[in-house]
Amino acid sequence: MSIIRAALAGNPNVGKSTVFNALTGLRQHTGNWPGKTVDTKTGTFLHDGHTIHITDVPGTYSLDAHSPEEIVTRDFLLTDPADCTVIVCDSVTLSRNLILALQILQVTPRCVLCLNLMDEAKKRGIAVDTDRLSALLGCPVVPCTARKKAGLDLLKDTVVKAALAPAANNCPAYSAEEIPALADSIAMQVISQQPDTVHRREMFLDRLFTGKVTAYPIMALFVLVVFWLTIRGAGYLSAGLETLFSFLLPLCRDFLLWMHLPPVLVSFLADGVLATLTQVIAVMLPPMAVFFPLFTLLEDLGYLPRAAFNTDRLFCGCGACGKQALTMLMGLGCNAAGVTGCRIIDSPRERKLAILTNAFMPCNGRLPMVLFLTGALVFLTAGREASGTLQTVLLMLVFLLCVSVTLLLCRLLSITILRGTPSAFTLELPSYRIPQVGQVLVRSVLDRTFLVLGRAVSVAAPAGGVLWLLNHILIGDKVLLSHIIRFLDPFACFFGMDGVILTAFILSLPAAEIFLPLVLTGYGHTAGDSFAALLGEGWNGVTVLCVLWFTLFHWPCSTTILTIRRELQGEDSPGKWTAAAVLLPVLVGLAGCALIRWGTELIHLILS
Amino acid sequence: MMEMQLSSLQPGETGIIQHLDEGGRGLTFRLRDLGFTEGSRVTFVFQSPLGDPLAYRIRGTLIALRQKDAALVTVCLPEGENI
Repeated sequence: MSIIRAALAGNPNVGKSTVFNALTGLRQHTGNWPGKTVDTKTGTFLHDGHTIHITDVPGTYSLDAHSPEEIVTRDFLLTDPADCTVIVCDSVTLSRNLILALQILQVTPRCVLCLNLMDEAKKRGIAVDTDRLSALLGCPVVPCTARKKAGLDLLKDTVVKAALAPAANNCPAYSAEEIPALADSIAMQVISQQPDTVHRREMFLDRLFTGKVTAYPIMALFVLVVFWLTIRGAGYLSAGLETLFSFLLPLCRDFLLWMHLPPVLVSFLADGVLATLTQVIAVMLPPMAVFFPLFTLLEDLGYLPRAAFNTDRLFCGCGACGKQALTMLMGLGCNAAGVTGCRIIDSPRERKLAILTNAFMPCNGRLPMVLFLTGALVFLTAGREASGTLQTVLLMLVFLLCVSVTLLLCRLLSITILRGTPSAFTLELPSYRIPQVGQVLVRSVLDRTFLVLGRAVSVAAPAGGVLWLLNHILIGDKVLLSHIIRFLDPFACFFGMDGVILTAFILSLPAAEIFLPLVLTGYGHTAGDSFAALLGEGWNGVTVLCVLWFTLFHWPCSTTILTIRRELQGEDSPGKWTAAAVLLPVLVGLAGCALIRWGTELIHLILS
Repeated sequence: MMEMQLSSLQPGETGIIQHLDEGGRGLTFRLRDLGFTEGSRVTFVFQSPLGDPLAYRIRGTLIALRQKDAALVTVCLPEGENI
């Protein structure tokens, strides 16, 4: 009966997190690209009466760490060695994996080598002589396929045995210069390779995904399909949820009244807290529940690094790093996640560029707003509701606009405050893996649902309460909200919006998704999202365009701002750079809005 | 045996790494970590649709490098191959 501390180390993308999940039963996110895990995570499992605390550390290619997440790993392994270090290796790329394994064996007392992805190796006709490998390395070697939960019991046994053993590894000492050649020779001795058919299939996929003619159309196709499915799927789900809530809300009100609560409190809870809460859930949950699983599928397939590979030239031309494409795609899901993901970028300058511009990608929180506004634009110009296909095309255009603005800004920043030339770029293109569709769908839908519900309760509900208060506290003859709106109105009008819109933007700082409910409440409408209501408030094409532009480019949400601040910790004056990350999109937003507002004014003047 | 820069390999050609020039910014270390070490066999597999970066197969993995970084690696063509 003892407590054992174990660590999981290894190259990026060898399935450490999958091993971790399989051992602990936790559900750490995994993805088929190097750099998915950027922070350490600890979990616990019981085996033979022992309690094992195991820590999953970010993948690293070497103990001479070069990037922030690799430093996390090195510090973790070196400063406070675990009772047992599990070195996870990819059986398919053993030669490269052994470089790190040998380095770790030199510096940590007790190790177990976990040969993961044995199923992949088998598919490729690769057989590994594990006894021989164990003898050559002087540490136990356990073959396993964590994805299929194969070999885990043996791994647990071996970890416990190694951790409790008094003797350390008997790996001979090697100098740093000897290790790479040694890794190669060990791999040669233990691996026998049969003809490989998977390889040909991979080459075909690579030719398709990165070919001169096919690469960009396929990329566009992927984005279009993801957007289209998100829009269509979310449409149905939203309608369903709205029906459900329109049925539930009156019931809640009746219940509160039945409890003999004072009418003011009932109004506060029902019209303030609950109304905003349900509206946010109905609008927010559906796109996320569709978008994230789709994104996860692309991630599992191994496509994302190819996207970075295809676009690196563009980023390089703008002084940035191709891996920024990955962080931008993550930002499309959630900007805070995108900012954290920037750790995969080695060069501090390029990482800062990626962090500062991540909020230029519209996150899922802003997606419903963008769809609403593009829909309003179609309604205004064509006089009818936009079809799903048209919406998809418009969303694609918005996406391209955001990418262009991001690239332009990177270029501007890299000739002004973040001057420098592009640094080196190394990116591993992992093997394609067939996504575990069922598991991915269930997990990411459930995870997203809980996340959104949690956020809705913690952010939307209080915001609804605050809004209700602003709308009910009288100062003089008017409620507080109309004072704020009136105060902001002249400023907002200059930028093609109005006081209500700007107030809603400011109040939605904690979460962009509460913007729409805020605008409607600001105008005095209770619920519903018909364009007619907004048209009645004097919205025209210019207003819609300005609000759309400002939705895309304004301050990041408060969670993202805090994340940016944390990620810049350790740089010179992180506060200043965080302020820059907030001000940059605000300036772009205001400048664009002013241009739209006064540009159209000027055109009208010339034409009349 | 002819020595040449890694970046001037033709698609499908394999070279054996002779030495790595110091590229600054820790690039040489990074390349070594990724398995680009003297004596290793490296194959130029394909390039990005815009011509840069380039993808190399080394030690069973596929690594993308920019042209100017790949130029820091000197390789030689093994005799009797790559005809």
